[in-house]
Amino acid sequence: MAHFVLPNSGHNYDPESSKLGMWLFLFTEILLFGGLFIVYFVYRTINSDAFLRASYELNITMGTINTIILITSSMTVAMAITALQKGKEKFAINLLWITLLFAIAFLINKYFEWSIKIEHGIFPGMEHYNGLETGQKLYFFLYYFMTGLHALHIIVGAIFIGFVIKGIQEGNVTADRISLLENSGLYWHLVDLIWIYLFPLFYLIN
Amino acid sequence: MSESLSTDLNFFQVKKGIISWLFSLDHKRIGLMYLYAIISFFLVGVTLGLLMRLELIAPGETIMKAKTYNQTFTLHGVIMIFLFIIPSIPAIFGNFFLPIMLGTDDVALPKLNLLSWWLYVIGALFALSTLVFGDGPADTGWTFYAPYSVQTNTNVTMSVMAAFILGFSSILTGLNFIVTIHRLRAPGMGWFQMPLFAWSLYATSWIQLLATPIIGITLLMIVAERAFGVGLFDPAIGGDPILYQHLFWIYSHPAVYIMALPAMGIISEIIPTFAKRSIFGYKAIAYSSMAIAFVGYFVWGHHMFTSGMSGSARIIFSVLTFMVAIPTAIKVFNWVATMYKGSIDLQPPMLYAMAFIFQFMIGGLTGLVLAALAADIHLHDTYFVVGHFHYVMFGGTGFAMFGGMHYWFPKIWGRMYNIKIAKFAFALLVLGFNMLYFPMLILGLMGMPRRYYDYLPQFTDLNVLSTVGSWILAIGLITMLVNLINGMRKGAPAGRNPWGSISLEWQTKSPPPLENFDKQPELNEGGPYNYKN
Ligand code: HEM
Ligand SMILES: [Cu+2]
Repeated sequence: MAHFVLPNSGHNYDPESSKLGMWLFLFTEILLFGGLFIVYFVYRTINSDAFLRASYELNITMGTINTIILITSSMTVAMAITALQKGKEKFAINLLWITLLFAIAFLINKYFEWSIKIEHGIFPGMEHYNGLETGQKLYFFLYYFMTGLHALHIIVGAIFIGFVIKGIQEGNVTADRISLLENSGLYWHLVDLIWIYLFPLFYLIN
Repeated sequence: MSESLSTDLNFFQVKKGIISWLFSLDHKRIGLMYLYAIISFFLVGVTLGLLMRLELIAPGETIMKAKTYNQTFTLHGVIMIFLFIIPSIPAIFGNFFLPIMLGTDDVALPKLNLLSWWLYVIGALFALSTLVFGDGPADTGWTFYAPYSVQTNTNVTMSVMAAFILGFSSILTGLNFIVTIHRLRAPGMGWFQMPLFAWSLYATSWIQLLATPIIGITLLMIVAERAFGVGLFDPAIGGDPILYQHLFWIYSHPAVYIMALPAMGIISEIIPTFAKRSIFGYKAIAYSSMAIAFVGYFVWGHHMFTSGMSGSARIIFSVLTFMVAIPTAIKVFNWVATMYKGSIDLQPPMLYAMAFIFQFMIGGLTGLVLAALAADIHLHDTYFVVGHFHYVMFGGTGFAMFGGMHYWFPKIWGRMYNIKIAKFAFALLVLGFNMLYFPMLILGLMGMPRRYYDYLPQFTDLNVLSTVGSWILAIGLITMLVNLINGMRKGAPAGRNPWGSISLEWQTKSPPPLENFDKQPELNEGGPYNYKN
């Protein structure tokens, strides 16, 4: 006598479930950053001049490069999904590697941006920073906090993509079982989207 | 042959050993692990509460210093809120029974469920670690109000990180339940054929999902502010403490409904079963859960009537708060109407359900008193508030959880506890509970402030009464738990359906097999509460 198995088992492969779960999770991520955006707007309204002056310290070129990098990487992920759907596994893997390279480039760029500022003594606790007016201090603190949290998301997203690459190589992620790739893609788009908001809020104030 | 054997085994028997529990993907085992952990933390919290009551048996310093008292009520609050009451019903009974009530064999994302459980464990370790490491547990109150939480040298960072991690665990559980309800209902079970407990979990899960991230990020900002000394919330260095209060209560008021809605769900299961009647106003109860979840979002300001808000904002928050009472009252009317002319069987679960209605109503009505602007100016931060929220959380949700424990006990363990002792324990609990907290309402009206280890001599009598009540309550709790543990180990076999209920979890064996059902469960015609009479 075999087991009785329910048709609606929670252990079936169900791409709809994981996709719904992923969308809900993205929703919580948006709310998480949403809390920060609220704080940002409250303090920017109170200290609009100081925020403007502090924003001159940021390097718009580096910010723009990073924006382009992220948008392009979103595109390569999307292409990887299409490639895998068509069964071109090699091509999909290559596209994902390119995405990972973009992620690393983004982080390296970010690293230089931060270290230039820290060299100038702009970090909580450092001399130059302590001499700033309150509004500027808040600006820089929010800058580190929000871009830092965003960078953390880049790292998490990259790890996910790494797992997907492994999954494709081992044959666990295929055209028929594509949901891990699709969900990592969704996550990656979200990380991209958050940056699209962070970039003008910190670099392009006027 | 070996296969047919495995279907004869129940979920306790399929695998043995501690590892098979700690890393189990079975929603029933995960639910039970939550049960054991949550009850243990509850007992720690109760012990802290009893110590506070002992301190307050007489004015002046009795058994602890002011700072110790502050740390005690903070740890008590953190444990009771984040480790006990928020996870309690969803994590225990939601995990165990949601899939069975929907006629499926697990939640939709079993691995994520295990992750939630481990995050809960890690968060709990963080919270308790403040007892041993650093400069002692936080002394800020469970609300961690800035600027004090930024300035105190007690171990706020750890407590706040604990709340953050526990919030993450709660989000993932909610997410899992939403997906499960959308995807795994038994064939033929439409939204309005779902048991009301599932509806209440659905509404709760949305609140967990939408409110928790805000407090998560707010608490991280407190950590950052303490680490880097930047004035996000501390006015001395340019921050705005009122902003903290807003962000905190945007989560923490909806959290009240994370506590209350699942409790209402349990009550909606118990009452039709023991009144043997179809529930009155099924749709009204289902919709009112969603309405409470929705309106509950826009009332957070009522915690801040005295902390600097414009007059019009205060009036709006006050009116909205009054409005939450409407869907809540709808539910109470429906429960009472269900009982009306039913042949009520006063078994222990039903007794707990009735105590829930009574005590939750006191909690709710005192809440309306506090929602009135003028009254709140007088009552804010007095013992009236302490009485009020214990009536809601403990007298309401806590009692509903005990009711759930007595209701589903025979299903989980396949045995029955001693009914007489259960009723006796119930009587002690109701007596002790009301003796402990009713005096607090009066003390608050008389003006006794909360969060002090000392009080004026004229408050002594009522405080003594309250402390004696806490002892009766403690004896009741011990009696209840001992009775349940005895029943678990040597109670009489209970059979599939000792209460004669018709919802799905009673169709399967007790305890259920690993796959929950040994045959396709049959849905009731006319919904889950269609009792013939
Ligand atoms: C035997 C059981 C309990 C006793 C004796 C007890 C007693 C107390 C006392 C004396 C206070 C401090 C009042 C003050 O000085 O302001 C308090 C605070 C509190 N209790 Fe309980 N309590 C019990 C159970 C519970 C339960 C079950 C919950 C939640 C479900 C709970 C939640 C809280 C909270 C949130 C606070 C506020 C802490 C703060 O001010 O930060 N308590 N309790
Ligand atoms: Cu509230």
